[in-house]
Amino acid sequence: MSRARGPSMAGDALAQVGACGLFLLQILAALPASLRHVRETVRQVWFAGAMSLVIIMTCGLFVGMVLGLQLYYVLSIFGGTAALGTVVSLSLYRELGPVVTALLFAGRAGTSMTAEIGLMRATDQIEAMEMMAVDPLAYVVAPRFLAGVIAMPLLACIFNALGIFGAHLVGVAWLGLDNGTFWSNMTSSVDVWKDVVNGVWKSLAFGAVVSLIAVFQGYTTAPTSEGVAYATTRTVVASSIVVLALDFVMTAFLM
Amino acid sequence: MPSGRRGGASAKVAALRAAPSGRNGTQRVAQAPPSIPAVPSGNLVEVRGLATVLGGKTIFDGLDLDIARGKVTAIMGPSGCGKTTLLRHITGQRLPDAGSIRIDGADVPRLPRQALFELREKIGFLFQNSALLTDFTVFENVAFPLRQHLDLPEELVRNIVLTKLQAVGLRGAAGLTPAELSGGMARRVALARAIVRDPMLILYDEPFVGLDPIALNQIVKLIRTLNDTLGVTSILVAHEFSAVTRVADQVFLLAGGKVAAAGTPAELARGDSPWTRQFFGGEADGPVPFQYPAGDYAADLGFPAAGRA
Repeated sequence: MSRARGPSMAGDALAQVGACGLFLLQILAALPASLRHVRETVRQVWFAGAMSLVIIMTCGLFVGMVLGLQLYYVLSIFGGTAALGTVVSLSLYRELGPVVTALLFAGRAGTSMTAEIGLMRATDQIEAMEMMAVDPLAYVVAPRFLAGVIAMPLLACIFNALGIFGAHLVGVAWLGLDNGTFWSNMTSSVDVWKDVVNGVWKSLAFGAVVSLIAVFQGYTTAPTSEGVAYATTRTVVASSIVVLALDFVMTAFLM
Repeated sequence: MPSGRRGGASAKVAALRAAPSGRNGTQRVAQAPPSIPAVPSGNLVEVRGLATVLGGKTIFDGLDLDIARGKVTAIMGPSGCGKTTLLRHITGQRLPDAGSIRIDGADVPRLPRQALFELREKIGFLFQNSALLTDFTVFENVAFPLRQHLDLPEELVRNIVLTKLQAVGLRGAAGLTPAELSGGMARRVALARAIVRDPMLILYDEPFVGLDPIALNQIVKLIRTLNDTLGVTSILVAHEFSAVTRVADQVFLLAGGKVAAAGTPAELARGDSPWTRQFFGGEADGPVPFQYPAGDYAADLGFPAAGRA
């Protein structure tokens, strides 16, 4: 039983990846038509981006504070606390900012995209649009996908800013590190193109992947309450795995 | 697209112009000069040799069916006989395994997506659960097809929407959200949305289900009135024969993948085939068996000896 189940699960997963890829092509084909629905795209950017600000800012602040505390402890062993600003900012720009923002985005906005589209499917709203000759890919799916791609880099930047502020709070205001040392070491060590922009590329890619998984799961969900629940769970699980795997691949190429 | 009523009137005018001395319509139309548009066929929807298999079960097995222009046609039949599937074939939402479905001459299963969407702009569809967009108000729901397809001034959109809402008796509910509507009201809003672009064909999927007698009577009256005043063709899938009797001109009874009986409601009520007797007489057993197909009953209960006997 288990031997048969393994290949079957792998086959299902491969089929999902293939279907998701085809779905991406359909979304890209629908993008020109979705430009007619700019207001809907703006509404989704507000919903996926602005409404996620509280969780992103709060988490960014605490992640920065924890980083500041942990790294100050480790660096103090080697007498290198002056490098705190550098290490924190590089960690945030290159890895933690894009990755943690993507994971939080999947939990906050991705699940809500899946649930909303899934419920629209379950209550025949998607079908009703098709019957009114309105392409749901252009009106419902593409604006949400675009919103994720637009919002994710902005959220990651805000996450990074709050993270550095949190590390500054801990390192300078609390543990007594020199303010000038903190900032000057950071600005002299961080390269805009290699560190900041590469982080933005990552968050753009994560935004596309998380949004694609979210809208795909919602659009293809079984039109039942159980189906919507499973689809929402799959969005979080698949997004988390794909973001971490993609992070490794992108890091290897962008280093 | 001319409706049946308008098509009929233009045919009469053309015939009178062409041959005032002709004795019957057929002769007069045959003599019409080529510059005059051809008289539209008597059927808006023509289904030929439709075959559909879903999940290994044969739903349609060479179904032939004609829907007359300007009439209200009811599709009836036992649960699972494919009534809603037929509507989905007509709208191109589901492709058949074989056969053709023509709407106003267009072969729906073979239409490219763009042409299918253009055809759907001339079709109104009333979903069983109304399928209103929950983020929008009643007004915005009815205005949705206009705003998506036509670049009309907002003042004109407002007037059209309020006119349609007035027709279904819900102009006063324009500002409500779908969550604030009763089932009957939601269905009337969906009906206003279905007619907002003056379609040539309206499809109703189980329009009477779950309605109290007042709401049911309102929907029956609306279907008939809209059909007559707008000159559209209507197809409705329903189980409630008493309501169908009051609203439909023609009824098709589907069973076994084919048309088991067809005629006016009165003709079907008088029918003496086993299908009509069971369906309209409400008999529990008959051609549609009470028992879902199953294995040997005694063996299922654990009496193999009884099964062998």
